[in-house]
Amino acid sequence: MSAAMTHTSMNTAAAASGYALELNNVCKNFGKTEIIRGANLKVKPGERVAIIGPNGAGKSTLFNLISGRFGVSSGEILLDGRRIDGKQPYEINRMGLSRSFQVSNLFQRLSVFENLRCAVLWSQGYRYAFWRFLADLHDANDRADEVLEMIHLHKKRDVLAMNLTYAEQRALEIGITIAGGAGVVLLDEPTAGMSKSETRRFVQLIRDVTVGKTLLTVEHDMGVVFGLADKIAVLVYGEVIAFDVPEAVRANPKVQEAYLGSVLAEQQAAGAAC
Amino acid sequence: MSSLLASNSSQAVAAPSAGAPQSDAAAAAARTVAARRAAQAQAYRFKPHNVGRWVVWSVFALILAAAPLLFTSSLAVTMLSQMGIGIIACLSYNMLLGQGGMLSFGHAVYTGLGSYVAIHALNAVAGGQLPVPVSLIPLVGGVAGLVFAVLLGFVTTRKSGTPFAMITLGLGELVFAMSLMIPEFFGGEGGVAGNRVVGKGVMGITFGPQVQVYYLIALYTFVCTAAMFAFTRTPLGRMLNAVRDNPERVEFVGYSTQRVRYFAFIIAGFFAGVAGGLYTLNFEIVTAEVVGAARSGAYLFFTFLGGATFFFGPVIGGVLMVLASVLLSEFTKAWLLYLGLIFLFMVMYAPGGIASLIMMNLRVAAFGKLRRLWTSYLALAGTALVAFVGAAAMIEMVYHLQLNAALGPELHFMGAKLNAQGVDSWFGAAFVLFTGIALFELARREFARQWGRVQEEIEHEIRRREAL
Repeated sequence: MSAAMTHTSMNTAAAASGYALELNNVCKNFGKTEIIRGANLKVKPGERVAIIGPNGAGKSTLFNLISGRFGVSSGEILLDGRRIDGKQPYEINRMGLSRSFQVSNLFQRLSVFENLRCAVLWSQGYRYAFWRFLADLHDANDRADEVLEMIHLHKKRDVLAMNLTYAEQRALEIGITIAGGAGVVLLDEPTAGMSKSETRRFVQLIRDVTVGKTLLTVEHDMGVVFGLADKIAVLVYGEVIAFDVPEAVRANPKVQEAYLGSVLAEQQAAGAAC
Repeated sequence: MSSLLASNSSQAVAAPSAGAPQSDAAAAAARTVAARRAAQAQAYRFKPHNVGRWVVWSVFALILAAAPLLFTSSLAVTMLSQMGIGIIACLSYNMLLGQGGMLSFGHAVYTGLGSYVAIHALNAVAGGQLPVPVSLIPLVGGVAGLVFAVLLGFVTTRKSGTPFAMITLGLGELVFAMSLMIPEFFGGEGGVAGNRVVGKGVMGITFGPQVQVYYLIALYTFVCTAAMFAFTRTPLGRMLNAVRDNPERVEFVGYSTQRVRYFAFIIAGFFAGVAGGLYTLNFEIVTAEVVGAARSGAYLFFTFLGGATFFFGPVIGGVLMVLASVLLSEFTKAWLLYLGLIFLFMVMYAPGGIASLIMMNLRVAAFGKLRRLWTSYLALAGTALVAFVGAAAMIEMVYHLQLNAALGPELHFMGAKLNAQGVDSWFGAAFVLFTGIALFELARREFARQWGRVQEEIEHEIRRREAL
């Protein structure tokens, strides 16, 4: 009965919304602690959104809710108008949403190429096949090689993931995320722990590999945020207090009060020091 | 030649684009993808190591075919038959342990139940109720293993890690307990007996003589080994590795880790069942111990000893399993204790098993540096032998006191006469043991230094070749 209801609401929503990703009053409690308190967000297809906010605002939790790692306490999440809250991560991934992790989350004992191939197998329709040889799956192999080229790791094709440098692991993390061709991509602090020059290169890389995709990224580096995002969502204490183009967000007094001003000043000071 | 050019030029283009923050990096990458793909397509066609693979598999087939011609005694043929069974069982176990990261303590459930169903099938064939040739009885066992894996694996593979291990342990105990509760199926204490010689046989093959059974087992061993190797090259096989490395991430690339584990578990159950069916044909009697924890432990033990990180490791493990349980148990009553010591030693010093030792040394040999390690290896072996002799003397004296007290305190050990109640014998043995351990430790440290140097040189060499 409830399944039937979700189904109908799904269809009407798909017709009405036109959003790639939609969060309606999403709440998440851990015990009595409210982490996300009625978050609302509507992302149009092809938009690049940066989610910013002070530490502990719930940015990573929000990603975990959207990608299905945690279940929501209440509210609904829609991907292309279809409900995805309550679904398993792999079901959400199959519906076209992919995410990266703040701490590199790779297949350590597999080569770079194998990491990417694992990430494309499902999307190429090979599922749990044990009657076909990987070597014969030309489309999957070609796609893995293509992604390898995009993330500039072709020289490390046969190196085990655990033997890569930090920056290379971050690149592979992005590669695994986009390899399946998901339309909505969530990147959790993709440039965390990188040097300035690496970060610059990385922003370019992210731009290149997410062409035509809807992108959500959690980011602390304001340079990255303003360089990458069409729109900025500001998350404070589990609520989205502003969601607009960068200039408008920058000028928003509520945001300045809550967060941005101090961070911006900090960043500018740091930038001047460099 | 053309492939070399293509890959070089593409790297030349890709390198500057990586440095320059311009959006035509993507375009450059896209251009080079086509060139590289062409290069790689050629690389796919010509794989020199494929030749090596043909050689390896041919040699494997040759060994299986020639072994009973070289070792002709009836004991040898019996052992060879058991080795074939052990190889299949350990390989199927390693699908779980090495490839899937699933530490199962109950694999004997699937080999054992395969054996039981196979012996009932064999008896049905003998009774004329089942029109199946005897040579296909192992497949009946395989199907049984598969069915039980479908049933029990559904529960088991819902969890991973420690809960998985616990559930397998519990299920193993459950099935063993049932074997005593349901004598109709399990035959109670005496087990179920059968006769593999049914009717006149086909073309003179009655499976009466052991060597005929051996060749049937060898055929199954070859086919199953090849099939299990092929499995490692399939999408499911690769995703199983991914689940082993990082189950969490697997869920975010579209796969259900439970499903991957479950399907792999079923396939492992099938091959375990085939091993069980071959066991039935080989021994013609199946008792409750085939589903027991000791047997499950043996699969774990010898798969680990052979090497879980390489595909061929369990092949070594299967061979060792038979050598240990048949030959070592002839030498000494304390054989399980020695096995325990070896296991401890391997876990501490070579967690990759014998296979990894072989592969590491092959790598060193490939760079022409093995010659430098020879003296260290001799020192290691010599000192280890001294320590082993000391330990063995003490173990034998303990066993002698416990089991052969009626024969008096004296025993023969490696040509020497020891007095199990004499202070000098104990003191002497302890002296040998501790001297051996101390010297071994010295040799080991020197070896570790040397090994580290050699590895550094190899890394350096690899980087140098990469730069070329």
